[in-house]
Amino acid sequence: MPLTSTEVEHIAELARLDLTEHEKALFQDQLSAILDYAAVLQGVDTSAVPPTATVLTLRNVMRDDAVVPSMPTEDVLANAPAAVDGYFRVKAILEAGS
Amino acid sequence: MLHELTIHEAAVLLRGGEITATELTEAVLDRILSADNDVKAYLTLTPEAALEQAAEADATLAAARKAGTLAVLPLLTGIPLAIKDVITVEGVPLTAGSKILEGYVPPYSATAVEKLRAAGAVILGKTNTDEFAMGSSTENSAYFTTRNPWDLSRVPGGSSGGSAAAVAADECLGAFGSDTGGSVRQPASFCGVVGVKPTYGRVSRFGLLAFASSLDQIGPFAKDVADAAILLGAVAGHDRRDSTSVDLPVPDYLVALGQQPGDRSGLPRPADLKGLRVGVPKEYFIPGMQVEVETAVRAAVVTLQELGAEVREISLPHTDLALPVYYLIAPAEASANLARYDGIRYGLSEAGESLWETYRRTRGQGFGPEVKRRIMLGTYALSAGYYDAYYLKAQQVRTLIKQDFEAALREVHVIACPVSPTTAFRIGEKAADPLSMYLADVFTLSLNLAGICGLSLPCGFDQDRLPIGLQLIAGAFAEERLLRTAYAYEQATEWHNRKPALPIGC
Repeated sequence: MPLTSTEVEHIAELARLDLTEHEKALFQDQLSAILDYAAVLQGVDTSAVPPTATVLTLRNVMRDDAVVPSMPTEDVLANAPAAVDGYFRVKAILEAGS
Repeated sequence: MLHELTIHEAAVLLRGGEITATELTEAVLDRILSADNDVKAYLTLTPEAALEQAAEADATLAAARKAGTLAVLPLLTGIPLAIKDVITVEGVPLTAGSKILEGYVPPYSATAVEKLRAAGAVILGKTNTDEFAMGSSTENSAYFTTRNPWDLSRVPGGSSGGSAAAVAADECLGAFGSDTGGSVRQPASFCGVVGVKPTYGRVSRFGLLAFASSLDQIGPFAKDVADAAILLGAVAGHDRRDSTSVDLPVPDYLVALGQQPGDRSGLPRPADLKGLRVGVPKEYFIPGMQVEVETAVRAAVVTLQELGAEVREISLPHTDLALPVYYLIAPAEASANLARYDGIRYGLSEAGESLWETYRRTRGQGFGPEVKRRIMLGTYALSAGYYDAYYLKAQQVRTLIKQDFEAALREVHVIACPVSPTTAFRIGEKAADPLSMYLADVFTLSLNLAGICGLSLPCGFDQDRLPIGLQLIAGAFAEERLLRTAYAYEQATEWHNRKPALPIGC
């Protein structure tokens, strides 16, 4: 079942990806082809099959809740596109007054 | 020539005082200078740091010689290695083959790299990769395409094409890459070198840029199986910083290759394979695969038989489902892992009017088409209304694939099959059709889904002198058996002694 361009736009929005018109058309075709191919899985009987999220039998790997030194702030901020007063600087997410 | 040495050969010469670590690193750096304009394996070279590390290694060797402790010095002391540019090396720019990380300098080294440095290895630089390890040809690197040293008009495979090519071209004595769907084994096969994907959890993923967290593993590239054993042993082991790394002891993979007393070079004598049951999966010999690949792999299986193994046909019935399963699970996990590249903490930042626009513009401009395609696919597979039909369904079929291997490995000890349906294809040949590129991985994907270990080693050449790889697969944490079988095959053949005839003399 081919993807509609509305769906492509919706996915791009979820993924926070700006796409050009050319990319939207290209991905609409390519993703539709891949998903068609993946539809072969629908024919497999998995009613009694548990999903595999990890091949490991490990669960809930814990460590002691002990405070240890973190990476120094200067190192953390060294690659930051914008930093101020030891913080990453970002655009406002709340309106003034809210 | 020094750059042509294997790790085990260099280790003997270093201990004997016949060469110094500095000479060895200088020789390899010279080789890179003369060959890499053609091969283009490296994204970033760190020659000054490498020579400092080599000098340290020389001091370590001198001190050990004086103290009589040469025999217990790690074999990697003074050995120059290359690291795929999705694995962090502190202070060395890392790109992941992407523009979105152009200029990024990691403030920490991956656990695997820390272990290599602690063992005295020399890091030469970072090798080219498909962007964020997504690809099978290294053509998706945002920087340039690496060339196959056996034929510069062809791809080295991917995504760890730079590391594979660097080893094949003697531009390092060994290298590391990452394998999520075949990205170590397939380029190893295309470049005629040994490439190992360890069992999931064997090697720490701390410092490996996450692509698909339930599939990724760091793995070595080497000129022969003994070197691969040395490299694997150096990085394997539990790591508190990777909660998916398993707390199991690391065997001495080199000793486990065979019997002592060893041969003249000190390496173990290859094991007799009597008692070993080798399974050949019928689903891995498909119409449309290159005839020479099938012939070479079947001939390799006959060699295993001649070495004492009992060979039988097995079935991995859900093999043809591995591709759709992988191309739902891996992109889904990747879509989550790549959410962090948002222009806020590191990397490219294209400011928009709002925070959301900053995210969209940064990612829209910073990511290449294959990465965007996979993020889109993964986002869709996880989105409301589609999660059950796609992602959950894929996880269930993953269980069936895993069970196929478990059942097979109750009947046989090791599985032998091709790595890839073809030898190295031409640059540009598959780039226009993503699905056709994905089909190149059809024989390697299942292993990552099952989480068990496997490797590629050379088993022949086609009529264009392109290498053909034999894939060997063993059960979880059965790397000793895997390597021992590979070593026995290798030592009964001459493939590993062949080198590409690069146009540059040295």
